[in-house]
Amino acid sequence: MGKSKLIKHIINRDWCKGCGICVEFCPQNVLELDEQDKVRTTRPESCIGCKLCELRCPDLAIEIHIKE
Amino acid sequence: MSGIIRFLQGNEVCVEAALYAGLDFFAGYPITPSTEIAENLSLRLPQIGGKFIQMEDEIASICAIIGASLTGHKVMTATSGPGFSLMQEALGYAVMAEIPSVIVNVQRGGPSTGLPTHVSQGDVNQARWGTHGDHAIIVLTASNHQDVFSITVDAFNLAETYRTPVVLLFDEIVGHMRERVIIPEKGKLPLVDRLRTSVKEGVDYHPYLPREDGRLPMSDFGGGHRYNVTGLAHDMWGFPSENPQVIHGLMRHLIDKIQNNAGEIARFREYDLEDAECVLISYGSSARSALHVVKNRRKRGERIGLLELQTLWPFPHRLVREKCAGIHTIVVVEMNMGQVLQEVKLSVPNPERVFLANRMDGVFINPTDIRNILRLIQGKGV
Amino acid sequence: MAIKDYIRERFFPHMWCPGCGHGIVLNGMLRAIEVLGLNKNDIVMVSGIGCSSRISGYVDFHTLHTIHGRALAFATGVKMSRPELNLIVPMGDGDALAIGGNHFIHAARRNIDLTAIVMNNRIYGMTGGQYSPLSGYGVSATTAPYSNIDQSFDIVELARAAGATFVARTTTYHVQELSNLIQQAIVHKGFSVVEVMSQCPTYFGRKNKEGGPADMLKRMKDMTTPIGSKAKQSHTELIERGIFVQKILPEYCSEYAGIIERAMKGH
Repeated sequence: MGKSKLIKHIINRDWCKGCGICVEFCPQNVLELDEQDKVRTTRPESCIGCKLCELRCPDLAIEIHIKE
Repeated sequence: MSGIIRFLQGNEVCVEAALYAGLDFFAGYPITPSTEIAENLSLRLPQIGGKFIQMEDEIASICAIIGASLTGHKVMTATSGPGFSLMQEALGYAVMAEIPSVIVNVQRGGPSTGLPTHVSQGDVNQARWGTHGDHAIIVLTASNHQDVFSITVDAFNLAETYRTPVVLLFDEIVGHMRERVIIPEKGKLPLVDRLRTSVKEGVDYHPYLPREDGRLPMSDFGGGHRYNVTGLAHDMWGFPSENPQVIHGLMRHLIDKIQNNAGEIARFREYDLEDAECVLISYGSSARSALHVVKNRRKRGERIGLLELQTLWPFPHRLVREKCAGIHTIVVVEMNMGQVLQEVKLSVPNPERVFLANRMDGVFINPTDIRNILRLIQGKGV
Repeated sequence: MAIKDYIRERFFPHMWCPGCGHGIVLNGMLRAIEVLGLNKNDIVMVSGIGCSSRISGYVDFHTLHTIHGRALAFATGVKMSRPELNLIVPMGDGDALAIGGNHFIHAARRNIDLTAIVMNNRIYGMTGGQYSPLSGYGVSATTAPYSNIDQSFDIVELARAAGATFVARTTTYHVQELSNLIQQAIVHKGFSVVEVMSQCPTYFGRKNKEGGPADMLKRMKDMTTPIGSKAKQSHTELIERGIFVQKILPEYCSEYAGIIERAMKGH
């Protein structure tokens, strides 16, 4: 698997309600909740672009853009 | 009037008139004494490409016609007593969401299962107030088959004009009685279609922003404007709102569009009122007996007349007041415990002179019943 | 189109509680529609009353937010009068199967081409956590303070018995499966039912000490298994996911088109 992907995390802080689902199920521990209980990307370089956070977000607050 | 002469049941006349008016979607559930309407439409509608569906209950029936009306069709359901009770919540939805629709209630005796095969006019107030919350509604009725035809056509026209449910409040006698009726030629009676919006696709359309005259141009579901329809209090886009100003405006609009046009909506017939000293007020099948009494007594020189109401709601208070001005004795003839009586008393300056001639035992009120009560009122003894 | 093109962005953030499964259903449904490439003008979403039913306000389709339990009856009228439209009917478990149970089985019996999505969170959320016909024996709810003695429905078996021609079950944990099943349900010609086991952390979770949203999702992963899996044989209590019924039978609107043809010919 080539590491040629360019992955961009777009997080809509206004929509995020801080439920923590994305953080819990991220297979690479890329995400965490900040002091305001909003999700943020702390280890973007580890992201494998599986998009599970985007798919599981109940608030439609995460978009993962992948450029091959 | 020219047309085709037929000999029909009232329920069949209602079917003919609904088709004449452009009905093309009907949903219903069998219930006496209205079932013939469903039976006939199951035969007739597909012949013209229309749709008939027998739903699982009356609630589903009225819900289905509301859905079909939103796609731009003229719709109707028909029921009786218990079925009408089941429809009340969705009737309120049609009021709130402003869905053109016609609901026929062929009245039978109540409360509860009551008298399925016997006549009554006990649902007058239910038709007005059966659904919860403040609202306005149009309720029409008729006493003979020619009028059943025209008033049914009218019901569709008013539903389309004011974007409202219209209740056709017939009764078992009118529904099941057979008599002559002339089906008018096409084009004889005017037909109304709902206003459609002229707003182009892609331009902001306000589905719930009334014009100055209170009318609300509609866009069909499936068309170019996607909007929200809800039973919640809503703004001009159809989205839920709890803003007091918005709600005030909505409530005023829903009620004013009907109440401010009460004069326009008032349908009635009058017989021998010019010099009358005693006026009978009646509607539906009981007006037939009242008319018989008036004709008979006139022959004997009594100054008696009949005001037959065809619009029951919005109640034509002004009409009743005008027609009863200076009248010494007013007798309301109806088959209930005095539901229209109360409205008549509210309409006239001399409520103490308004009397009730009624039956509520499932038996049709006949001219002798009325005559006996008149004699009592006049102090002549029975 | 991106999934944002299918929503009414001005109403976001939505009204659902943090971690509510209904948002995940919305998410998965939008992806299904995106994959299918449906025209927004051809979709009518009809919903009833409850937390789940607010979903219709958030999507940019023709949306009909109706009364409690009757969404399928309204949808039947829309579909029958305009059979070419795609009808999607999301409902809560109480909405679909308590007050709306009768409409549910009859829509299934007719095999009318509607897509029913039952967002099953086993509780009445909008009114504050009362037990529903899907809560199950022994759970706690505000109207079951001594624990619930009502047995629950099995939505899949009910839909199958009533005549639905596409019946599937998934959960809000299994998001790819969720989107995929909704996709297939929309494409299916006939009455289709997708039960989505969904979480209500605010009421069901709190009342039954199931932890937060993520804990509830994990439970859904642990308590379910794909249809026909080996795990099911050794752990019979596992709830199966997947497609249970998928068959082609005459669809109601097509059948009625046949009626019209016969009536117009004079039988």
